[in-house]
Amino acid sequence: MATALDPAANMYGRKPGRSLAVAFAVMVALFAIGPFVTYPVFLMNALCFSLFACAFNLLIGYVGLASFGHALFFGWASYVTAFTAKSWGLSPELAIVAGMAAAAVLGVVVGSLAIRRQGIYFAMITLALSQMMYFFALQAKFTGGEDGIQGVPRGRLFGMFDLSDEMTMYAFVVVVVLAGFLLIYRIINSPFGEVLKAIRENEQRAVSLGYAVDRYKLVAFVLSATLSGLAGSLKALVFQLASLTDVHWTMSGDVLLMTLLGGLGTVFGPVVGAFVVVAMQTYLAPFGQWVLVIQGAVFVICVLAFRRGIVGEIARLLRVAL
Amino acid sequence: MFEIFGIPSQALFGQLLLGLINGSFYALLSLGLAVIFGMLNIINFAHGAQYMMGAFAAYLLLQYLGLNYWGALVIAPLVIGAIGIVIERLFLQHLRKLDPLYGLLLTFGLALVIEGLFRNAYGSSGQPYQVPPALQGGRNLGFMFLPNYRAWVIALSVVVCFATWFAIERTRLGSYLRAATENPVLVRAFGINVPRMVALTYGFGVALAALAGVMAAPIYNVSPQMGSDLIIVVFAVVVIGGMGSIMGAVLTGFALGIVEGLTKVFYPEASNTVIFVLMAIVLLIRPAGLFGRRA
Repeated sequence: MATALDPAANMYGRKPGRSLAVAFAVMVALFAIGPFVTYPVFLMNALCFSLFACAFNLLIGYVGLASFGHALFFGWASYVTAFTAKSWGLSPELAIVAGMAAAAVLGVVVGSLAIRRQGIYFAMITLALSQMMYFFALQAKFTGGEDGIQGVPRGRLFGMFDLSDEMTMYAFVVVVVLAGFLLIYRIINSPFGEVLKAIRENEQRAVSLGYAVDRYKLVAFVLSATLSGLAGSLKALVFQLASLTDVHWTMSGDVLLMTLLGGLGTVFGPVVGAFVVVAMQTYLAPFGQWVLVIQGAVFVICVLAFRRGIVGEIARLLRVAL
Repeated sequence: MFEIFGIPSQALFGQLLLGLINGSFYALLSLGLAVIFGMLNIINFAHGAQYMMGAFAAYLLLQYLGLNYWGALVIAPLVIGAIGIVIERLFLQHLRKLDPLYGLLLTFGLALVIEGLFRNAYGSSGQPYQVPPALQGGRNLGFMFLPNYRAWVIALSVVVCFATWFAIERTRLGSYLRAATENPVLVRAFGINVPRMVALTYGFGVALAALAGVMAAPIYNVSPQMGSDLIIVVFAVVVIGGMGSIMGAVLTGFALGIVEGLTKVFYPEASNTVIFVLMAIVLLIRPAGLFGRRA
């Protein structure tokens, strides 16, 4: 089914390694000079969403599974990190691990239910389950309901680095996001990743070749959920806040938009998409509900005329892999 | 007045009635989704927004043209259905050869645009809409009080659902429709204008959503976000029922409304989530859905 999902980003790679390495170097350089040009908080926000979108892309871009419920993992990891850091006084690295563990557990549960159906049913199931967990977050005591968990301490990383310092926090976020990015790149280029792409291209054939397709899908789902959780945990520390916004279905829509706009199944697309969407939300905030209208319009345009996304189009024009 | 399982009958039947009302809307909306899915093979994410547009159409027709509820019940679905046909011609027809996922993404974008536009114009707070005079008041059935308007909503939705089922499963037009679902190329070869039929089907599904919106206007407030939360529950209903059968979608809708109503009586904390939990259980036991065929 999913050949249409892969806008052939990798087809033109004459020397795929070189274009990717150059793009990666440019990206790292931009992250390094970023805080001297614009607000670190804006950048950290966009970086968290970059990781979120990359984790999401692992599933939709490389396995062809469209989840409409990824806010579930992002939001619940941020709750768990915020709660353990604030109420239990865990150090930031342990609080993040706790958030990721929660996201992984949720990923196993949601993933094993959702992979029982294909295609658009998969999207509806993940959406419904994430809405269920949204209601739990609304009613549960520890999440603070409408108020969320506020005033989360950033703490000292490994007892050494004081994260309340903005630049230290920024450096930490960059390192974690780059590590997550490289891990995802490693996954999609491993033998495991090749099987995932085979499932995307032709699930029946992958089954007939003897691959336990459901198990591969579940592992990919859990990996994607866990890394989404890492992004959510980071965001909780950056903003010192975990709130209902992060578990709401609109967040799942946002990450979908970022990935689609940047380019489904491209390596750098989700990062570009995340920066564009976060910038849009930040600078259009004074226009209130028009943000919603514009986001919706971008969705429509992407689907009708621009299915490769920004990075996919650039890769096609330059005839390189990105 | 008597008690059942320690619950006053008034409360029990009152919640059952509310459940049936919700079930009427679930049934109408999942019916529309099933009709659209059958013909276009896409999930219409804008269904909730179109339901909201139906309610707003009733409100605006009353506000600016003085058209009452009964007029709106006819005009609103026609207008919104016509908008649906335009949407199909402008956007959806270009997606026919693509992965069905793109239809979901496009209609999701449309839902955001529509909701955003209405929020800009009318804010997030609800607008009240009066119950039509002929249906005000209610009657005492002895074990509970039945408001006339609610009885009307349930009756109308049963009639509409049955009529739709009849039209699709038992008439000549319906047989063309089902044939075109199975093999559009062959049906075109018989001289039937399939693209026009697809557009009309989408318009019809959208009109069903708008009709539900008009019916909902006097019960819930008319607000821009009234559709978006509802549509997610309806998705769960559709997963439980499976979209293979029209009757299945309707029955599942009503049944889940009742289950939700009963949950409100016995364990109110779970009333928001019970349908999702049921969905998870159905996925474990019967992954294709209660009425679904294995795809």
